[in-house]
Amino acid sequence: MSDPRLPATFENPGLPPHVHRAADTDPRAAKRAERQVASLFTLSILSTIGFVVSYFAVKSDTEAFIPFIGTTNLLNVLLGVFLALALLGIGFGAVHWAKTLMPDEEVVEERHPIRSDDETRAKAVGLLEAGAESAQLNRRPLLKATAGTALGLFALPLGVQLAGSLGNPTKALDELKSTIWDVKDGKPIRLVRDVERTPIKAADVSIGAVFHVLPETIKESHHVLEDKAKAAVLLMRLHPNDFAADDLGKKAKSWGYEGIVAYSKICTHVGCPVGLYEQQTHHLLCPCHQSTFDVTRDCEVIFGPAKRPLPQLKITVDAEGYLVAPQGFAEPVGPSYWERKK
Amino acid sequence: MSTASSARAADLRAGDPKSSAPASASAKKAGAVASWVDERTGIAKGASFMLKKVFPDHWSFMLGEVAMYSMIICLLTGVFLSLWFIPSAGQIPYEGSYLPLKGITMSEAYSSTLGISFDVRGGLLIRQIHHWAALMFVVSLSVHMFRVFFTGAFRKPREINWVIGTMLSMLALIEGFAGYSLPDDLLSGTGLRAAEGFIRSVPIVGSYVSYMMFGGAFPGEAIIPRLYAVHVLLLPAVLIGLFTAHIILVMVHKHTQYSGPGRTNENVVGFPLMPVYTAKAGGFFFLVFGLLSLISALVTINPIWAYGPYDPSPVTAGSQPDWYMGFADGALRLLPGWLEFELFGFTLSLNVFLGAVLLIPVMYTITGAYPFLERWITGDNREHHILDRPRNVPTRTALGVAAITSYLVLMFAAGNDIIAIRLQMSINDITRAFQVLFFVAPILTFWVSRRICLSLQRHDRDKVLHGRESGTLVRTPDGQYYEVHEELNEFDRWKLVGFESPAPLALPSGKDANGVASKDAKKELRRAKWSKFFFTSRVEPVTPAELAAAHHHGEHEAIETPAGAGAHAIKQAKHD
Ligand code: HEM
Ligand code: FES
Repeated sequence: MSDPRLPATFENPGLPPHVHRAADTDPRAAKRAERQVASLFTLSILSTIGFVVSYFAVKSDTEAFIPFIGTTNLLNVLLGVFLALALLGIGFGAVHWAKTLMPDEEVVEERHPIRSDDETRAKAVGLLEAGAESAQLNRRPLLKATAGTALGLFALPLGVQLAGSLGNPTKALDELKSTIWDVKDGKPIRLVRDVERTPIKAADVSIGAVFHVLPETIKESHHVLEDKAKAAVLLMRLHPNDFAADDLGKKAKSWGYEGIVAYSKICTHVGCPVGLYEQQTHHLLCPCHQSTFDVTRDCEVIFGPAKRPLPQLKITVDAEGYLVAPQGFAEPVGPSYWERKK
Repeated sequence: MSTASSARAADLRAGDPKSSAPASASAKKAGAVASWVDERTGIAKGASFMLKKVFPDHWSFMLGEVAMYSMIICLLTGVFLSLWFIPSAGQIPYEGSYLPLKGITMSEAYSSTLGISFDVRGGLLIRQIHHWAALMFVVSLSVHMFRVFFTGAFRKPREINWVIGTMLSMLALIEGFAGYSLPDDLLSGTGLRAAEGFIRSVPIVGSYVSYMMFGGAFPGEAIIPRLYAVHVLLLPAVLIGLFTAHIILVMVHKHTQYSGPGRTNENVVGFPLMPVYTAKAGGFFFLVFGLLSLISALVTINPIWAYGPYDPSPVTAGSQPDWYMGFADGALRLLPGWLEFELFGFTLSLNVFLGAVLLIPVMYTITGAYPFLERWITGDNREHHILDRPRNVPTRTALGVAAITSYLVLMFAAGNDIIAIRLQMSINDITRAFQVLFFVAPILTFWVSRRICLSLQRHDRDKVLHGRESGTLVRTPDGQYYEVHEELNEFDRWKLVGFESPAPLALPSGKDANGVASKDAKKELRRAKWSKFFFTSRVEPVTPAELAAAHHHGEHEAIETPAGAGAHAIKQAKHD
């Protein structure tokens, strides 16, 4: 059926004939292209001047209204736009020049196989072998073994120095477990407002209210951010009937005071501060990956990637009616780690 | 003796050109400088080799250039930033000119970044260019990677460069994250807070490693200066090193080119470095830089002054990382809590570990290994310098699309809360949907994109066999209509037929020559099965015989050309 004289596949027809551009044949077109390129370069020159003038002339706090963008800093806009035009002028100029006036006839370069020819390979191998031979590598196994070991070990001092001095990990397990809520001298610790650092009377906490809370010990802290990062607590007041009737609800209620409950604010997923409280549902939501905790059931996870409930802080009131924590958290706060249960 | 040596001295001079009068004084001066340098470096040899070098021209070859330029712009603006930025977590009261934060206690890092934004003239512009260039770097690098993948440019001899590119891409993510964390604002600090949680999830050593990295309890004062060293010294050095190797290999291999008339596996067709490529590529640097400046002038990015200084307790609503970290964030949102469990009293948080720690290295290992896997399947050990059109290798293209799909599912999952609010749907349902999509969507897009490739190929065959539709209708004397088809010229035709479509390897028996099941024979069997997966659905290029037959069939093609002509060319592998 098929013609036996036809080749099995098509053959590469070679480069197509070259088509000239207007500027190659028409001197006026070439002149026009030259003028266009020169204007672009001139735009760049003028914009550079514009940049320098704006830099010295515009006050740094002047605001400007830009359509579609809104109110922004005028100096930033002027500097940026002038810099942009200075650069774009050069860029468009160069590309236009290349496209209209520089030769557009493609050239062909030959490729050669990447691999070296056998002779070259043999020569390289020979040189290596001769080198190893003249160094007596194979004849002196003692040298080979000791040199190898020394080379294998020489990075060790650097590694030891680095790993040994980055930070002392021996305290990690103790510190991850403790917070500044831990009672040292038997004296319960008052709850204070996060920003004002004033103590909180139970009577001040109305139903539905949320307080961002720290322990009063934060005032003596020498490592405020580190201590806060573990001790931050959320305080909410629920109606005592709002708690679930099951064991979880009962435990939550009994660790609180008249419906006021305190929970660690550090998400048990990867540690973002949990803080979006929905009053109607009594849910706490973490803004990072949306883990949702049910306050009526001891902050059990009802949605999201976190596994564990937020640890509860046991609270009561002192003689003056201020909320206090008689003991620290019963478990480590924040993200899980290998030895958490130990 | 003296005659001999003077004769030799004369010989040494013999090669010198008789200096013809240079065109102008400046040319003379330039020539003198060039000669001075060459006499001390011999650079003319290298230069004439380089200046003649040919680069093929195609828009998709500029993606790597954009990445390169964005990186250079990051380096340049980064040096500027480092002149004013103070990498210290030491707490001080803010004294700068941004009134809303006056007197507030904050880290020196945050305070100095405010300083760059408000008190250093033009500092905000530099900061914005730095950040936009970083984003552009990751975007262009990714798209460049897609180009290389879908055109098969990673095949022999370029596998090493693919691996280098993979490393560059991974390091770019880490470099970006390190930079993002430096200003110590509320958002980036919360990001670091999460990072500490990630590290803790590492089995056995997590808590210790966290303490070592942060120099004690989170946040501590060590992490900012350490990230700074990583961000401005360590990673840039590694990035530049890898990038240099990358470019040198491109020179050694010479650039690939698309199939086309005159382009073969043994040549490179394009423009020489001097002058066309220099002007175009050099000009392009200015275009990228100019575009980034324009964006930076007009669109605010990372307005750290609006977030406030880092403090572990305030809540950050809608906190989201830079886009390139979105997929890892999405993975964290999808991994269910039950993946955390206890093992002999130890806690294993796979819900965190898989997404936050393993995902990135695993993803990049698979990516880096792909060329070797494909080579093993195809058994093709030849050098390839002609790029594939993605449709001509349907299975590879579909695999790439499937991989990108998984990535996108994760990335969009990072917006599950925003999507839930926008669509007024329950976040539970949205998250569940994403969990299902992560497994189903890649399979679906794999199948669909392979179909699309095949039908595009068939369309190409049609065009070769029956010409392109001219849009002219002709009425025959007996009242029938047909559309005139213009036959392709040989140059256009070559673009559609100049490719290979290998058949799958024949299935061996899994036994060796003596009929005994051997390990090697089993391996061959496995390879043949993969080869079948890879090559089964395929369309072959039109052969001259087929074209001749089509011509013979009728000078006039009827309008109703049977859909999918060329379907006969889909060959199913036979089992034998
Ligand atoms: C090559 C890739 C690089 C990437 C992807 C990158 C990315 C980033 C990002 C996203 C930021 C946050 C900026 C912001 O405040 O919005 C940043 C900050 C910073 N980068 Fe880089 N960077 C790179 C290279 C460099 C280099 C080479 C240097 C210095 C030599 C540098 C110096 C800095 C400094 C000092 C800051 C903090 C100052 C500030 O945020 O205003 N960067 N970087
Ligand atoms: S940190 Fe709270 S959900 Fe991830």
